Amino acid sequence: MAAIEREDVERVARLARLALTEEEKALFQEQLGAILEHVRALQEVDTEGVEPTPYAVQLTNVLRPDRARPSMPREQALANAPQEMDGYFFVPRILEE
Amino acid sequence: MELYALPAHALRQMLDRGEISSVELTKSLIERIEAVDGAIGSYLAIRVEEALKEAEEADRRIREQRDVGPLTGIPVSLKDNICTEGTRTTCASRMLENFVPPYDATVVARLKAQGAPILGKLNMDEFAMGSSTETSAFKLTRNPWNLERVPGGSSGGPAAAVAAGATVMALGSDTGGSIRQPAALCGVVGMKPTYGLVSRFGLVAFASSLDQIGPMTKDVKDAALLLSAIAAHDPLDSTSIPGDRADFLAELDRGVEGLVIGLPVEMLGEGVAPEVREAVNAAVGVLEGLGARVEEVSLPHVRYALAAYAVIATAEASSNLGRFDGVRYGFRSREDADVVTMFETTRAQGFGAEVKRRIMLGTYALSAGYYDAYYLKALKVRTLIRRDFEKAFERCHLLVTPTSPTVAFRFGEKADNPVAMYQSDRLTVPANLAGIPAISVPCGVSQDGLPIGLQFMAPALAEPVLFRAAAAYEAAAGWASMRPPLEVK
Amino acid sequence: MYEVIIGLEIHAELLTDSKIWCGCSTRFGADANTQVCPICLGLPGTLPVLNERALELAVKAGLALGCEINRFSKFDRKNYFYPDLPKAYQISQYDLPLCRNGAVEFEANGEIRRVRINRVHLEEEAGKSVHSGDNIMGSEYSLIDYNRGGVPLIEIVTEPDLRSPEEARLFMEKLRTILLYAGVSDCRMEEGSLRVDANISLRPFGETELRERAEVKNLNSFRALQRALEYEVRRQSAILDAGQRVEQDTRHWNDQKGVTISMRSKEDAEDYRYFPDPDLVPVVLTEEQIETWRRELPELPDQKAARFISQYGLPAYDARVLTSSKAMADFFEAAVERFGEPKTVSNWVMVEVQRLVNEAGIEFDALPIGPGDLAGLLELVKRGTISNNVGKEVLEEMFKTGKSAADIVKERGLEQISDTGELEAIVEQVIAENPGPVQDVRDGKEKAIGFLVGQVMKLTKGKANPKMVNELLRQKLTGGA
Ligand SMILES: [Zn+2]
Repeated sequence: MAAIEREDVERVARLARLALTEEEKALFQEQLGAILEHVRALQEVDTEGVEPTPYAVQLTNVLRPDRARPSMPREQALANAPQEMDGYFFVPRILEE
Repeated sequence: MELYALPAHALRQMLDRGEISSVELTKSLIERIEAVDGAIGSYLAIRVEEALKEAEEADRRIREQRDVGPLTGIPVSLKDNICTEGTRTTCASRMLENFVPPYDATVVARLKAQGAPILGKLNMDEFAMGSSTETSAFKLTRNPWNLERVPGGSSGGPAAAVAAGATVMALGSDTGGSIRQPAALCGVVGMKPTYGLVSRFGLVAFASSLDQIGPMTKDVKDAALLLSAIAAHDPLDSTSIPGDRADFLAELDRGVEGLVIGLPVEMLGEGVAPEVREAVNAAVGVLEGLGARVEEVSLPHVRYALAAYAVIATAEASSNLGRFDGVRYGFRSREDADVVTMFETTRAQGFGAEVKRRIMLGTYALSAGYYDAYYLKALKVRTLIRRDFEKAFERCHLLVTPTSPTVAFRFGEKADNPVAMYQSDRLTVPANLAGIPAISVPCGVSQDGLPIGLQFMAPALAEPVLFRAAAAYEAAAGWASMRPPLEVK
Repeated sequence: MYEVIIGLEIHAELLTDSKIWCGCSTRFGADANTQVCPICLGLPGTLPVLNERALELAVKAGLALGCEINRFSKFDRKNYFYPDLPKAYQISQYDLPLCRNGAVEFEANGEIRRVRINRVHLEEEAGKSVHSGDNIMGSEYSLIDYNRGGVPLIEIVTEPDLRSPEEARLFMEKLRTILLYAGVSDCRMEEGSLRVDANISLRPFGETELRERAEVKNLNSFRALQRALEYEVRRQSAILDAGQRVEQDTRHWNDQKGVTISMRSKEDAEDYRYFPDPDLVPVVLTEEQIETWRRELPELPDQKAARFISQYGLPAYDARVLTSSKAMADFFEAAVERFGEPKTVSNWVMVEVQRLVNEAGIEFDALPIGPGDLAGLLELVKRGTISNNVGKEVLEEMFKTGKSAADIVKERGLEQISDTGELEAIVEQVIAENPGPVQDVRDGKEKAIGFLVGQVMKLTKGKANPKMVNELLRQKLTGGA
């Protein structure tokens, strides 16, 4: 079994919203395959009953008070926008919801 | 000695005695940048006017003896993934080529408040993904020790700039070794703090559960000084550890007598270049000579660290980098027939190959049907690695390993082979997975005249003992005064 | 005929001052992109910090819906790309929601129905897209406003326990009442602070497996919810009648055309790649904290209805109607406190006051008259100063003008005519003008007397005291009372 199929590469690229060229698809299929080959070593480890560690610190309940403060000026909010219109961020037409 | 060659703590005394001004110092550094950075390529942006203005203000504070801290008037440079209000922050990516943040990262705000002029923004691997700074979309940064060699990465710009005297000190970021590995390859000190010690607010995220900002300096004392300036609880970062920070300078001169130093057997043998191993062995000898007790320890799961890291870091990155979609900021492609096409082409054209590769891998690891086998499995292995460290630290105060398995490699040598490139992080990644502090200090030079780095690791929040051992070694071994043989134009 | 299976997913914005992860205001109706900051715009390097009030309100919502509260909860990222989603992931809760296993009871066709609540979790709102042209289909471009982005939101997921479109609507009315009582959301569908999506499938009676379902979106009112589901029942019935299978899909309700339209089929269902958000830390709640919040909850509709029955001796029907809105229940209680006679007050509130509210198209809490005003009116009716019918007119006038009942009665001279002399003359006139009915009464046709009373009332413009008129007529026509 190849570590990763061409269809997987295409499926993942769609999920990640990356328009890949045919060359990139071929290259990534090979390279991701090689990396996954290496990653597969994880399967050797016995993790029965081991809790995962998704967080790097053992903190809980970090909260802020519900206090509204002024927002930024609209010009500043839009300053980095590639395209704006009438105080909104402008995007090309949306085909699906 | 030239000003550019001096560490911050020496410059501090000169500033306080009035022997130099911050403006003079800043100007001399700008001259140094002009002289050497054409060859090195460490800077993406130099804040000439702003830095000089900040230096003037610092001089006023020093003159009036008002709020003068250890860094008042000392120029600092930043890796270009640390947000600076009004100054472009690009992450060395085409995606953010023209992005001007409307806010300062918390570390930047702290430095400014203490009167440290911000000299400029430094090159890096694109979005901190790489180990050679070759993935920068803008320029190559060369190793000051040998211009044909990489400076390491991803904080190659900061490492090269500090080594070349193109700044006094710099901040880098470290997700899997991105401060320590380039520090080792460029012969400077690089330190990754305990996760949560320094605010991540304003650091453009690569992998949120691994990223930390840390100092890159000419010596250990400077690292402790710079860390003192930036480490504090930040209410803007939910993962910031609450409470006061330790005094990182308090134990600098205590020596290593009485400390137990562990040598993790899994991190010294396989894959480590012989001259690196020899240098590290010699360094261990120095530590023993200084009165430390050295013991072998085992971290049995550390051999899986790189695999676990590859999954966790890319999974988080795939999500963190989703926001670069061409809507609110950053690059947008011209192919905008509809919004999905715009997203896909913007991301295809705005990101370089390494970033795309990691987004692909991380997306795959989180996708339906693979989550348990990859992502969840990696998180469990991470737990086992953390436990290995906890166990080791029951027996010893510190662990010592090489920082990088090799010295600086040639450009292009590993660029086409991601698996080989990832091996550069093999010895640094475990500390990120465990969330513990680690520091790299120079411990020798290879036959080719390239620096070698020694890594110390300590338990979480044990920065004082980490600095203590690193400072003791540095003082005894004398590598801190080592400077690259740079030709100046 | 098939059994209809409906489950709902409800989103309600929480009543906080600031957004869930940043300090931007949640106020509705501001100019586009004026309530945004680097955090809620998802600028690189920014991080979220949880609003403590959002957490409290989400837990209170769960408690009000009878949920168990998870002691350990966490936030996860739901990854997908959409222009209104600034980080390309929504911070939500996946496998450890704050609340689960609740239930809501409501009345449908005189029967108490129970719907189980699967979960209530806390998440963030997305921004808003404004499409050029009339709708998203065929629009040339879209404009994005992130003011709503990051407003705290709860998602409530029911089990598929609803059995008809009407039940779905009645359930939503009850759910809305509970959330309003609990003070967690203002539940304004027209502002989008309350939204509902429905999953609906049909199956032959007796079958136990669930069949393919349709998820219906864009339901902008309770009426739209019921209509869309009724449409789906017809559509799916026709498919099943034809011996075919319903295709599992997501459908968009078009209110003008009264149809649902397929948006995407299950095939390209999104893969959201949920994983724990490493920028946030878990929430751990203690028993004490949960109990404190439980105690802070006001009396909820079911509790209030039970009390109305025992305390005021009201029929269950009255109690349920009165408590269907907190404002109405409060109004009722305050009026009873001033006037007494709970059943009389209940009738007036449920029927007359409610009618005026409905006709005006307002919420009960926007009622322009106070409970004291109603008590004043009822006092006049009780004393016989005005009749019941005139009382209804006066109430309408009070509603329109804000004047008191006494002033209106005085100004318009609406006091009942109880003067025997004055009434006698009018009664004589009616007897003279209506020989037919008069003969009927004399022949013992009791019903005809009502017609004559009506004639007197007409001549007096309703001001005659009907009891006295009745007595006078009997005296004159049959010689007895
Ligand atoms: Zn905001």
